[in-house]
Amino acid sequence: MAEWLNTLIQGLLLGGLYALFATGLSLSFGIMRMVNVAHGDLIVLAGFGAVSAMAPALAGAGAASWLGWLRLLPVIVAMALLTYGLQRFVLNRTLGRDILSPLLVTFGLSIILQNAMLEVFSADVRRLDSGALAVSRWQLGAGISIGFLPLLTALCAVGVIVALQWVFRATTLGRAFRAVSDDPQTAQLMGMNHGRLYAMAMGIAGAVTALAGILLIMRSAVAPTDGPARLLYAFEAVIIGGLGSLWGTLAGGVLLGVAQAIGAALDPGWGVLAGHLMFLAVLMLRPNGLFPKTRDQ
Amino acid sequence: MRSSPDKGGPLLEVCGLDAFYGDFQALYQVDLTIQEGQTVAVIGANGAGKTTLLRTLCGLLAAPAESIRFAGIPVGGEPAYRIVARGLAMVPEGRKLFPSLSVEENLLAGAYNRRPGPWNLDAVYRLFPILLERRRQPATQLSGGQQQMVAIGRALMSNPRLLLCDEISLGLAPIVVREIYQLLPEIRAHGTSFLIVEQDIRQALSAADWVVCLQEGRVSLQGKPTELTHEQIVYAYFGV
Amino acid sequence: MNPMRRKTHTPAASDRATTAASAGFAVVRATPLHKVGAIFGLAVLGLALSLPWWGERAGIRLTTEFLCVVALAQMWNLLAGYCGLASMGQQAFVGIGAYALVVLGLQMGVPVFWVVPLAGLAALVIAIPTALIAFRLRGAYFAIGTWVLAEVYRLVVTNLPQMSGGSGLSIAPLLRDIDPDDRLAWTLWIAVALCMASLLGTYTILRSKWGLAMTAVRDSEVASESLGISVTQVKWAVYLGAAAMTAMVGALIFTTKLRISPDAAFSMDWTALMFFSVVIGGIGTLEGPILGALVFFALREWLSDWGSQYLIILGVLTIAVILWAPGGLWGLIARRWDVQFFPVRRRVETAATGT
Repeated sequence: MAEWLNTLIQGLLLGGLYALFATGLSLSFGIMRMVNVAHGDLIVLAGFGAVSAMAPALAGAGAASWLGWLRLLPVIVAMALLTYGLQRFVLNRTLGRDILSPLLVTFGLSIILQNAMLEVFSADVRRLDSGALAVSRWQLGAGISIGFLPLLTALCAVGVIVALQWVFRATTLGRAFRAVSDDPQTAQLMGMNHGRLYAMAMGIAGAVTALAGILLIMRSAVAPTDGPARLLYAFEAVIIGGLGSLWGTLAGGVLLGVAQAIGAALDPGWGVLAGHLMFLAVLMLRPNGLFPKTRDQ
Repeated sequence: MRSSPDKGGPLLEVCGLDAFYGDFQALYQVDLTIQEGQTVAVIGANGAGKTTLLRTLCGLLAAPAESIRFAGIPVGGEPAYRIVARGLAMVPEGRKLFPSLSVEENLLAGAYNRRPGPWNLDAVYRLFPILLERRRQPATQLSGGQQQMVAIGRALMSNPRLLLCDEISLGLAPIVVREIYQLLPEIRAHGTSFLIVEQDIRQALSAADWVVCLQEGRVSLQGKPTELTHEQIVYAYFGV
Repeated sequence: MNPMRRKTHTPAASDRATTAASAGFAVVRATPLHKVGAIFGLAVLGLALSLPWWGERAGIRLTTEFLCVVALAQMWNLLAGYCGLASMGQQAFVGIGAYALVVLGLQMGVPVFWVVPLAGLAALVIAIPTALIAFRLRGAYFAIGTWVLAEVYRLVVTNLPQMSGGSGLSIAPLLRDIDPDDRLAWTLWIAVALCMASLLGTYTILRSKWGLAMTAVRDSEVASESLGISVTQVKWAVYLGAAAMTAMVGALIFTTKLRISPDAAFSMDWTALMFFSVVIGGIGTLEGPILGALVFFALREWLSDWGSQYLIILGVLTIAVILWAPGGLWGLIARRWDVQFFPVRRRVETAATGT
């Protein structure tokens, strides 16, 4: 019994990580109706960037100090600027033309990123050593325990979503995001520069993606070619949860995580497959996801 | 075509405007002038080019820079989000309210790039009291007439000098249309000029001090409503 | 089955000729230049077929690979360029082709080259439930959805030890009884056949009512629905056809490889290959994928010393093409000289100019 509870908890917390993966994607889906095929690779890039940034702080024996961890902030900022620039100077040129172009450009980008990382970092897996953080667990008694890092990740996911929901509901920028997502042409009539807004949305998505990448690489070893798998999990989480709803994305991530955890508990090789099968099941039964909010024109 | 008497620089000057959708020409050498404080009505059958004209004016459709001058500045071809800052706002055909936003949020969206002026949330609610009651409701849940009020209010929030109204009577009951048109003088009193595109000719003629008729992309008639005969208008409208 | 449900009235050929002649123009498809092109094409075909007698092994292998890539690219082009179905899961069918070799060949003892057409049949069968699920999604979501499905197939195969043999199976037993030179020749000829089939098949489709239907679908699904063209039928037919061809090519390709592993068979690299060739060459044209495949091979040969850097360059080139030359290299050529190798489009020829 305790084993199954542990599996469930593991799945829930894994879902937190997947929700974090998915939030960035959900933003670009929701606001720009665009699929960023390079999304997973950006997660990996952020992870590798974090490893490089932290290398000097971890060079000595023992764990890094608090100040050392601040080195991660530039990674997040850099990723935000990268995605902002990507949208503003490259992807904005493809929007509105046809559905294929943004997809193809980001696919090309994905291949570029993967191979560039292979060249720079070689095919080895890397991990960000967070010392005690990575292995500490809270023992709740009766054989049930919660990993500290997974819990932190899940809390970050919730925190990010709460913050983003606040931005959407209560700020002028958030209102502009919602308007431009509803109707980009009419939004222009209000004086909203849709290109600039898309770029800002991608910048925010980039920052969230960077956080996801950092938390990922603290928890598991990552190889340069691990991006596409992350993209698929993110995508599945968004679709399961329903387009246009950040809380839906959280739910989708959690469901995916739980499905994978249960699958893996039954047989180690079936974990990821179980997640895919659940995604397909939701697709067949509820094509709009479980909590859809966007009306697709 | 003749322009109305000069009162200082015209607010809007359209000279020889040609507009294209790809290879298809929708407007041929359209000339139009609006003075500050005027209400100009543009009438014409479906497909005559009325909406095309408005879309070109507000920047959604490309045009040569010099063919459209707003307050003396060439604005043809400028992107739509920049034209609003100059003082030109549009109430689009079909209202086009943002479904994800409430009534109040739609109004606030109109203020995204506002100019200084008398219009703010309070002023709009004073003009359309019913909206104050419904301000938290999703905008698209309101009745047609109320949605039209939101659309107009939203355009006013940017404090435009010129308000473009694309078929505000479309799909609304005659009573509602009259109600809305009765409020136009009050808006005008605050310093807004109007360019109204209308299918409802009677309403257009009674509200405007200058009428332009389009037929198949060309200006077929211009003049003061009081000085134009019924036959002239029918001929200009239908071409028969 | 005819995807156009409503009957259209077409004037009799003689009527058309007289009205056209009196109007001073004619609607034609092939220009004299096309005849030259056709002869050129036949010459190339002859050369390719005769290769086993005068070519060296490396050259034959390269040509075989090239023909396979062109066939794969044509199928992806058919899906994405003509039907707007940007599938990122075609690797599923390459994998099915490869594992047809394992199941039909290794386990059931079917002679190796007979597996190829059977792989096509197997793909047809598997493509049906695949399409049922994938067509629930549109546009970019469809693309990723097909990718997920490909992953599902990969994982299923990986987890069936009798199929995957863990890290891969060797197909050497299948080829034991065949003379290596004979095998090389037959592989080449089947590759030629498949490539020709993909080209001529696409060409025939585009010249037919189906082709018109597909262009309509690509340009506007809603409009074509309203004209009575069955969008669904077109999509299904194209998806199933592309699946079958892709699997056949996949099976053929893997007869030349020593091992079949799930990761190699279902690798995203296959889709990347199709994507590069089609986009760089020119999406939505018959000539484009051929040109694109040439570019791909050229770059791979030139930059072979630089490791995977040629992929980075391909990626940058592809993005540049999409942004600045969306018609691809062939698009640039066609626009500059107004040519078309495969006479698919109709042209208006005036009596005066003769062009």
